[in-house]
Amino acid sequence: MQTTNLQGATGKVPMNRKKLLYYFNQLGMLVILVLLCAAMAAFAPHFTEVGNVLNVLKQVSITAILAAGMTLVILTGGIDLSVGSTLALSGVVSVMITNAGVHPVIAMLAGAAVGYAAGAINGYFTAVPKLPSFIVTLGSMTYLRGLAYVISGGYPLVLTNGTFKFVGAGYILGIPTPIYVMAIVYIIMFFVLKYTMFGRQVYAIGGNEEAARLTGIKVERTLINVYSISGMLAGVAGVVMAGRLFSGQPMVGLGAELDAIAAVILGGTSFAGGFGRIQGTIIGVLIMGVLTNGLTLLNVDYYWQLIVKGGVIVVAVLLDRLRSRG
Amino acid sequence: METLKERIADVEIVAAKTPIMKLEGIRKSFSGVHVLHQVHLDLYKGEVHALMGENGAGKSTLMKIMAGVHKPDSGTTLYRGQEVHWNNPMEARDQGISVIHQEISLSPNLSIGENILMGTKFPKNRMGLIKWNEIYEKAEVILRSIGSTLNPKVSVSTLSVAEQQMVEIARALSFNSEILIMDEPTASLTDKEIEKLFTIVNDLKKKGVSIVYISHRMDEIFRISDRYTVLRDGHFINSGPIAETNPDHLVKLMVGREIKDLFQRNVTKPSELTNRKPVLELKHVSDKKTVKDVSFKLYPGEIVGLAGLVGAGRTELVRTIFGTSKLTQGEILIDGQQVRIQSPSEAMGLGIAHVPESRKEQGLFPNLSVKENILMAQIRTYRSAGILQYGKMDADADGFIQELGIKTASREQNVMGLSGGNQQKVVIARWLSISPKVLLLDEPTRGVDIGAKTEIHKIISKLAEKGLAVLMISSELPEILSVSDRILVMHEGKIRAELPRSEATQEQIMYYATGEIK
Repeated sequence: MQTTNLQGATGKVPMNRKKLLYYFNQLGMLVILVLLCAAMAAFAPHFTEVGNVLNVLKQVSITAILAAGMTLVILTGGIDLSVGSTLALSGVVSVMITNAGVHPVIAMLAGAAVGYAAGAINGYFTAVPKLPSFIVTLGSMTYLRGLAYVISGGYPLVLTNGTFKFVGAGYILGIPTPIYVMAIVYIIMFFVLKYTMFGRQVYAIGGNEEAARLTGIKVERTLINVYSISGMLAGVAGVVMAGRLFSGQPMVGLGAELDAIAAVILGGTSFAGGFGRIQGTIIGVLIMGVLTNGLTLLNVDYYWQLIVKGGVIVVAVLLDRLRSRG
Repeated sequence: METLKERIADVEIVAAKTPIMKLEGIRKSFSGVHVLHQVHLDLYKGEVHALMGENGAGKSTLMKIMAGVHKPDSGTTLYRGQEVHWNNPMEARDQGISVIHQEISLSPNLSIGENILMGTKFPKNRMGLIKWNEIYEKAEVILRSIGSTLNPKVSVSTLSVAEQQMVEIARALSFNSEILIMDEPTASLTDKEIEKLFTIVNDLKKKGVSIVYISHRMDEIFRISDRYTVLRDGHFINSGPIAETNPDHLVKLMVGREIKDLFQRNVTKPSELTNRKPVLELKHVSDKKTVKDVSFKLYPGEIVGLAGLVGAGRTELVRTIFGTSKLTQGEILIDGQQVRIQSPSEAMGLGIAHVPESRKEQGLFPNLSVKENILMAQIRTYRSAGILQYGKMDADADGFIQELGIKTASREQNVMGLSGGNQQKVVIARWLSISPKVLLLDEPTRGVDIGAKTEIHKIISKLAEKGLAVLMISSELPEILSVSDRILVMHEGKIRAELPRSEATQEQIMYYATGEIK
């Protein structure tokens, strides 16, 4: 009796603490976001104005869409460095297609499809020959960017179609369209992760890939799907970006993958895989967005903004490490 | 002249009487589990000392304490007459204690010379750059001293396993070792290579090096050892000169564990079983490396124990059946139909379930709840229009928790918060959720306390009564003997014996498992 009690106790205490730490981390990031907003509201002029709030949301929408896919990838213990380049390629291709007279909706779907295909290739090399995702996506980051330059000839392709522009720069009920896109992506992703077999298998693979394989989960197929979704969302982000810039530009999205990764880690998703939630990611995205917006409103020099943002990322990784030690 | 020789001999005898290393009252526990209780061991200069015991007897832990990898919880270690407290293996090595591990620990991409001298100070010139010639010369001297003709400039990756072992020994000697601990050094050597190793061991002995020799092979032990020490369940059992014992006696010392504490299952009569059709049949099955020509039948409703030593090929056999390891020869039949199983999901489709050896590494999802750990193998059946039906999942999870008596705060509790025994039940529950015909269990009660052990045995027993065919690997002979209907004993990839439980004894199984009887 005594021994079982003891075992129960030693088994549970660190777990409860770990759980507590987990919630603290989730909540902690929310608290940090609220405090950050409060500080900006107090010191930064115009921060609380509706226009500025919508502006922040619109500005983060691209990173947010990338970060949603990145969350999936990082949950499996991988990384996707290619999303910035995929975004550029998708923008260029979709603008080119619509400029050729194809219906803009089809052109935009083609943009997403380009992203999906790029992601599927990443997924294949990561899952089947089991190459490290870092290397695979480092490679695709480079060749996809190259492809975007080759297709566009290195120049921005001007977008003329109004429907297409509407996705990036339009308004519905006074709210910018990209915010709707972002919201839809996050709602779907929430359901996918929590209420679908695929979502739960992503967690299972991230927690213990070997056990997942022995449990009959088709690990390769699931991983290919994960990278494909990440690529497809990068494609969607590319379409939104093109709509916003009124052009398909081969040089956009440089370093966008790093912003997305930073947001995911800030949101409490463990770099080792298995732990994390999509709600955390959107908080991470907003922290980065509010920080940038607030610092700009406070007239902080862009160079200094970089230093602050970089510091925030390191602190976030430190938090991640503390939690995984639990 | 003769008197002088005699005197020298006398001095040597006296020197031989004080052990070079003396372990006394060594205790060690890992997270509350006692691995060593009051163990002692005397190691004399220039002797080969066989350290013996079943899997899990505490040999490796004792070996690691001698080498400074672990610190004992209590007890003293005297080395050359002085008490020592090593904080890490480097400290022990600097004082002359080297270990040759079962798995080779060389850097394959570096040269033989570098590997041999790795861990010592590399010779440098005035510029601080390495003097390669000197490294190769030094390494060559050491290699020649053990009769090896290997070229120290060659990369280790080009060597055979036996040659790599030579390099390991040479490396151990580069530290001027006085004690050399060898953990199953012949496990992957051919007969010819073993002969060569024994020559080296004898040479080292003559030079006054003391050798702790861990091996399961009786013939080797009796050929090269001078004395033995037997451990069982972390207890010191006996020690003495090898000349005064025999294989029979040693096996008895190793296996004398009690069975009466364990749950005793009633044996299903063989006649009852053979009337049924075998659910699983293997015909001359081999894998690419370990498993050799294995044939047996498994009937519904029986539990077959698969005994053998670590490395005998039991895990590999089970993995071959489950499709995680490739079958290279032979046939597998399910319900009389030949099948080709190439992945776990195919095996599952045929009604085969597999509880793997290592709960933590291969079984559990540490990030998920008890519920999801149980249902993950069957999660596809809970979908309705692609959406998971949590209500049904909750009910089924509760059903399994109750059926197997899993002690958990709730189905939503993270699985890592459970005790080892309950974690194991979770893994078993996962496999029951697919309603299998064949259940492959690999060490189902390893690291589980005696209470949970009994509960798991009862669960397995009940499943067999319901008609499930169970193949259970266990390294614990009492477990094999109390639960199985039949026992298969593996040795070096082959099934050496099939014993009905009524006729099997621990000693008999051990004879087959160590290759004493072929």
